[in-house]
Amino acid sequence: MEVKQNYIPAFDENELKQVQLHISKYPKPMAAVMPVLWMIQDKYGWISIEAMKYTGDLLGLPYDHVLGVATFYTMYFKKPMGKHHLQVCTNVSCMLRGGYEIYNHISDKLGIKNKEVTADGMFSIEEVECLGSCATAPMLQVNNREFYENLTTQSIDKLIDDLRKTV
Amino acid sequence: MEKIILKDIPNLDNIDVYISNSGYSALKKVLTSLKPEEVTEEVKKSGLRGRGGACFYTGVKWTFMPKGNDKPKFLCCNGDESEPGSFKDREIFEKNPHQFIEGALIAAYAMGIGKIYVYIRGEYWKWINIMEECVADAYKKGFIGKNILGSDFSVDMYVHKGAGAYICGEESSLMNSLEGKRGYPRVKPPFPASFGVWGNPTTINNIETLANVPEIINKGAEWFSKIGNPKHPGTLLFGVSGHVNKPGVYELPTGTPLMTIINDYCGGVTNGKQIKMVIPGGSSMPPLTREEAEKALMDNENLREFNTFIGTAGIIVMNEDTDIVDVIRRISKFYYHESCGQCTPCREGTGWMLKVLDRICKGEGKKNDIDLLVSVAENIEGNTICALGDAAAWPVKWTIKKFRNEFEKKIKDDKSKLPVLNKVHGLRKSEEYNLIDEDELTVTKNLFGKVQENINNPDVKRFSS
Ligand SMILES: Cc1cc2nc3c(=O)[nH]c(=O)nc-3n(C[C@H](O)[C@H](O)[C@H](O)COP(=O)(O)O)c2cc1C
Ligand code: SF4
Ligand code: FES
Repeated sequence: MEVKQNYIPAFDENELKQVQLHISKYPKPMAAVMPVLWMIQDKYGWISIEAMKYTGDLLGLPYDHVLGVATFYTMYFKKPMGKHHLQVCTNVSCMLRGGYEIYNHISDKLGIKNKEVTADGMFSIEEVECLGSCATAPMLQVNNREFYENLTTQSIDKLIDDLRKTV
Repeated sequence: MEKIILKDIPNLDNIDVYISNSGYSALKKVLTSLKPEEVTEEVKKSGLRGRGGACFYTGVKWTFMPKGNDKPKFLCCNGDESEPGSFKDREIFEKNPHQFIEGALIAAYAMGIGKIYVYIRGEYWKWINIMEECVADAYKKGFIGKNILGSDFSVDMYVHKGAGAYICGEESSLMNSLEGKRGYPRVKPPFPASFGVWGNPTTINNIETLANVPEIINKGAEWFSKIGNPKHPGTLLFGVSGHVNKPGVYELPTGTPLMTIINDYCGGVTNGKQIKMVIPGGSSMPPLTREEAEKALMDNENLREFNTFIGTAGIIVMNEDTDIVDVIRRISKFYYHESCGQCTPCREGTGWMLKVLDRICKGEGKKNDIDLLVSVAENIEGNTICALGDAAAWPVKWTIKKFRNEFEKKIKDDKSKLPVLNKVHGLRKSEEYNLIDEDELTVTKNLFGKVQENINNPDVKRFSS
């Protein structure tokens, strides 16, 4: 995931078309706020206060409304995370199969605590709630996308090495 | 046993494969030979009940929708699936997505609905992509869109991506979220059928519920009503996790004995251990003891005998080494985290329960803490806008009722006598028992600081109605 530490939010022509497409799906433009926030996060890696304003301007919404939405949902990052954001599930089913062991192993290995980022900006970690993958517990998700399941401390070490190598 | 949803046909997610296995024939049938009321009547007769947790009769729910076209009508398909221990709708998105789409289209026809939204939790990135492709394929084949299959029935279908909030599975919260607001549940009444999304008549159904509909149309209500327990007919997608050898999703008739599922399908409890506790339907459902689990038949009616419900049929098995109090603490942490904060009993009560459970787990529990927990739980229950309050209270209250000695053991000070517990249990090492996420707090304060600045700046747009 590309993470821009500072950015001036701006969509290009294609992206603006995409915004129009989202607006057209709903009776009122306000409903496009979640899809547009997703577009921002996909492009810049996180959602800054300027980006919330930009979203408000695009959809004709008061800024405080966009702020309210952005802060309600946990998957929108309100500060830059690592390039590889590791979201470790520790809810019941994962816990029963070693979710905390996985969490603590990563946290120790990378020397970061919940929602902290490593000094090189490569990794961050987050304790998350059930991700609907309880049968293949323990598991984690990277950057709100790929699931990695049936984890062991060995497979975690390998995953972290592999991620480090990806550009 | 014949399966209704998770059929043993490879590549059923491909629309051509689905069609060649008589896919979309139920849609054809209703469009060419059945009146909308007849479709609803058939679903009503089948006895199909909601698979989203509340077990409400689907056909009956459909009759609540007003007739006529004074206002646009909406169908929201609930794929938020965030209840810990539940992972069955995901299986439908992956293995038989078109049967769900077909079911949603039939439902829309039955209720005269013009727009369908499929709300899927944001974490299901992969399955959202699958669903978007499937919907696009169905548009191309003319099953969705204008004048479907030459009839005068038209409907649009969109996939809406959530962004991480368990509460958005609650139907009124889902509607607010869809409208682009914070996912706050609404006070009911008015009910969705009269005042739903954008104030229009709306029906909310779970993904699995809708996926059952095409087969009910194809094979008839009578056929469906004879599968499993007649009072709660059909099959359920049991998602089994925890201490079993072969966790996974198993489609079986309602009323299947729990031990059959655990032993015959899931290969028994790991390491040949005994069962200590089983949660039968996702983390909010009261648990079963081993003795109860041995007798339990898995449907909503039979489970009542043990003061619990089928919920989402997410079965979580815990073996004899499990620290029950630790498990309940983790579950309480979840509800504390997910409470939307609108109602005081839920917002404050979930935090209090977690605090008390935290201190019990730390070995600092006080004698009356157990009764305190029950009292807090009972004061949340029934006193809130939505059922998340109950969902948070039940596991605490009922686990104490059924496993009180586990709590007492932990509170008695001679910790030396506690068995060596499953070492995988535990806590985040950092920020142990930290209720407030300092980091989140700083970020939020920061944001609000900036908003304050904006409020004082006349050039910035701000509050409007
Ligand atoms: C806190 C809470 C969370 C819920 N989460 C879900 C969910 O993730 N998926 C779902 O289908 N229903 C969920 N429900 C139930 C819905 O409110 C609603 O009853 C259901 O979607 C209706 O569909 P059905 O009649 O087909 O079961 C939840 C309810 C509550 C109170
Ligand atoms: S019960 Fe809890 S989650 Fe539901 S509306 Fe009240 S505070 Fe929000
Ligand atoms: S408990 Fe971890 S994925 Fe469900």
